[in-house]
Amino acid sequence: MKLKSNIATSENGFIFNPATGDSFSGNGMAAQLLEAMKSGKTEDDIKQDILSRYEVSESQLNSDWDNWMLQLKEANLLEI
Amino acid sequence: MANKYANLCIAVTGLNANDNPGPGMAVIRCLKECFRDGLRIIGLSYESLEPGIYLRDQVNKTYQLPYPTEGTAALVERLAYINGQEKLDLIIPNFDSELFNFIKIAPQLQQMGIATYLPTHQQLALRDKVNLKNFGTKNGFYVPADHKLYTTDDIKKAADEFNFPMVIKGKFYDAYVVYTMDQALKAFHQLYAAWGVPIIAQQYIKGNEINISALGDGNGYNISLVAMRKLYITDKGKAWAGVTIKDDKLTQLADNFARASNWKGGYEIEVMSDAEGHLYILEINPRFPAWVYLTAAAGQNQPVALAKIAMGEGVEPYADYQAGKLFVRYSWDHIADIADFQQISAFGEL
Repeated sequence: MKLKSNIATSENGFIFNPATGDSFSGNGMAAQLLEAMKSGKTEDDIKQDILSRYEVSESQLNSDWDNWMLQLKEANLLEI
Repeated sequence: MANKYANLCIAVTGLNANDNPGPGMAVIRCLKECFRDGLRIIGLSYESLEPGIYLRDQVNKTYQLPYPTEGTAALVERLAYINGQEKLDLIIPNFDSELFNFIKIAPQLQQMGIATYLPTHQQLALRDKVNLKNFGTKNGFYVPADHKLYTTDDIKKAADEFNFPMVIKGKFYDAYVVYTMDQALKAFHQLYAAWGVPIIAQQYIKGNEINISALGDGNGYNISLVAMRKLYITDKGKAWAGVTIKDDKLTQLADNFARASNWKGGYEIEVMSDAEGHLYILEINPRFPAWVYLTAAAGQNQPVALAKIAMGEGVEPYADYQAGKLFVRYSWDHIADIADFQQISAFGEL
């Protein structure tokens, strides 16, 4: 799942969809994930990076990742 | 090289910068941003408490005009007098209700040396609220279903078809979302008193409100278009804050309208984007919107483009604008002297 190419994000987690005018506020973790997704990293690369830097189990990460994707999809921020 | 716009005099209506604002002050702001000190602004007002009359740093002088119902002869006579005083280069009318007369007298204005850039009467009529549904059907636009209301009995027929909520709209201005028959009746009587019949009952579409401000070249193309998502909406349905957005579907919608109508001049499309992504045209206003300064802020100064074209300059269509430009409207208590009020009320000039 890819983030729409026109989505604007800021370092502090603010997200703006210029096609709809929708805006969202994310936390620091959201900002990191968005930055990684925008830079073209794969899902596996991003997850590996998180596992190496945070104390989190793989199953918990997968569950959180699915939830994150669901939120992005509901917010209409992913390429269909 | 001499600046051909060094001594420009432009007259503008719609100085009613109130909670249901006319576009005049925003148009003036756009013009001043380009033409600066070389520009003299003449305000044309209908009522003595239109705020723009008193904003002397924006409006050099204001003259009252006869109401549109007084007809074109009275309007021409008044404008001839004003032109004798000011030597106008251009008039930009900003009220729906005055446009019919201004279009009619445009040739006489031209003879006086005053430029305009207006749609034809036919173009004005095709987007009229009364004709909008037919126009949409004919040209493949989504337009909410509507009923023309002439008596209170007609409201029931509309309610039976649309259910509640539905939208009750005045012929020229004002719209109410009504949830009960009582509210519908109240809205009908208010609009009847203000604007007469027909009143329009329109199917309510739920979604995001988007407006497009555009400038048509009269040959089927847009010279400029900027889309804005409403972020804060007043109880009169007016955008009090909004942000520019860019979506190919919106561009296509405005381009299709320009092609279908050959629209000449400024206009605004009011759109509702529903959950399925269909873009319903709620209204097409035959002049710039009150938020038109946002077009300048986003990189397409539409009133300046209109002014230049009207005065014979070729203007290339704009290619792009900045999404994410936000406007937040505010109110401000401007202080004037009662003598100013007396002057405009008694003598029709200030």
